[in-house]
Amino acid sequence: MANEAAIINVVARTSLWLQPHRIVLILIALGLVLGAIFFMRWDWLPQYYEMGLLGIWRSLWILAVTCVLGFLFAVPLGLAQATGSFWFAAPAKVFCTVIRGTPLLIQLWLLYYGLGSLFPQYPWIRESWMWPYLRQAWPYGVLALTLSFAGYEGEVMRGAFAGVPKGQLEAARAFGMSRWKIFRRIWLPQAFYRALPTLTGETVLQLKSTPLVATISVIDIFAVSSKVRQDTYLTYEPLLLLALIYMTITGILVFAFSRIEARIPNKIG
Amino acid sequence: MIELLSPNPPGWGGTLLLGLLHSIEIALGATCLGLLIGTGGAFGKLYGGPVVRDLLAVYTTIVRAVPELVLILLLYYAGTDLINQALTAMGYQRVDISGLAAGIAVLGFVQGAYSTEVIRGAILAIPQGQIEAARAYGMSPGLMLRRITLPAMLPFAIPGLANLWLIATKDTALLAVVGFYELALATRQAAGVTKAYFTFFFAAAVLYLLLSLVSNFLIGRVEAWSRRGMPSLKEAR
Repeated sequence: MANEAAIINVVARTSLWLQPHRIVLILIALGLVLGAIFFMRWDWLPQYYEMGLLGIWRSLWILAVTCVLGFLFAVPLGLAQATGSFWFAAPAKVFCTVIRGTPLLIQLWLLYYGLGSLFPQYPWIRESWMWPYLRQAWPYGVLALTLSFAGYEGEVMRGAFAGVPKGQLEAARAFGMSRWKIFRRIWLPQAFYRALPTLTGETVLQLKSTPLVATISVIDIFAVSSKVRQDTYLTYEPLLLLALIYMTITGILVFAFSRIEARIPNKIG
Repeated sequence: MIELLSPNPPGWGGTLLLGLLHSIEIALGATCLGLLIGTGGAFGKLYGGPVVRDLLAVYTTIVRAVPELVLILLLYYAGTDLINQALTAMGYQRVDISGLAAGIAVLGFVQGAYSTEVIRGAILAIPQGQIEAARAYGMSPGLMLRRITLPAMLPFAIPGLANLWLIATKDTALLAVVGFYELALATRQAAGVTKAYFTFFFAAAVLYLLLSLVSNFLIGRVEAWSRRGMPSLKEAR
């Protein structure tokens, strides 16, 4: 019986979703896709297939590393702004304002071209263990994207930390928890739950910022598509495929985050 | 360093300021175009037929899922290509699209998707009674839009639209990658010629920061104006 009800439910839902005009729209979309497949040139694909996969991998790697590092950095930034004394709060506030007030492209170029042109002047930097890394482009890209994520997310975490009800923290103190334990068991998880919906948006925004590292010669998926365009003189095909790849990654990210959100107890505050 | 940044020809300050002016022009144009698209899009999403609603959903979803840089490249090439093909088909000469117009069109298209969502949310936040009252007075849809809906949604829309304006000013920097002359490209040129990379990128960052700080101040004034007569946020809490 339960099975039948479920099937009827599914049928009802699909018929609600697949209204006649939607079927027509889907057919038109399919026609466009098929037209793109048959009338545009895709013979370059096998040649750049491996490079493309490597590029996707590198984009995802940069996304994951910068989001994790950026979040770790955003927690103290948010905490300092929410509860810290003036001497902690003011620098954090200034950092967030500067990061949010200037374009990421300029930050990236300031770090890569600006700092990168200053470093070689100092012999002690050139002789240090850091030099092999400082000569490459990707550390600057990772640093710039991490700082940017921290700046935007720090502002979100400020609100999230401030939004945790006082009673919960007082109750934890009444239980005799130490300050660190209160932070680890109550304050941080509660703030994280509150920040999670915006975290999805921030991660998607971060994904959309990763192609900027191609401007400082990091070979991510965007750089691969630029190379294809240079080599084959094709304008649209690589760009369309690139847009499709980013849309797919965005879809997967949003789906994954919605699954995580669904696991969180929904009665907060 | 002072010499490099002086506004007269041996220095590059004038070039930077001109670039900043171009950036502001593009951002202003893109925001206005985005507001037009956004208002139309929001009304289409709320009151349009099923086909219009689905098409708008496709538009906002795609624009918000694809990086701005990729969109700028795609729209720039596709846009100029389509216009030129249309012109040659009608028997006219091919034209070079000016960087300013192309930049405004491309960024405006992107901004339109975001402002559609902001304005839609703001219209939904208007107390229904106000719109019903307007309808009961026998106002025509156009009059209702002008007198009730747009002014009443402003306080809800301005924080979101302000964010969009700040995003627009910063997105103009992306146009440097396609080769439009604005602050980021001017900076890159100046830095490349003088080899003083750090100085110039730092100066550009300061200019962008000043732009957003001044914007923040003005936005605060506009927000206070749009909320006139409403209880202040502090009292409401």
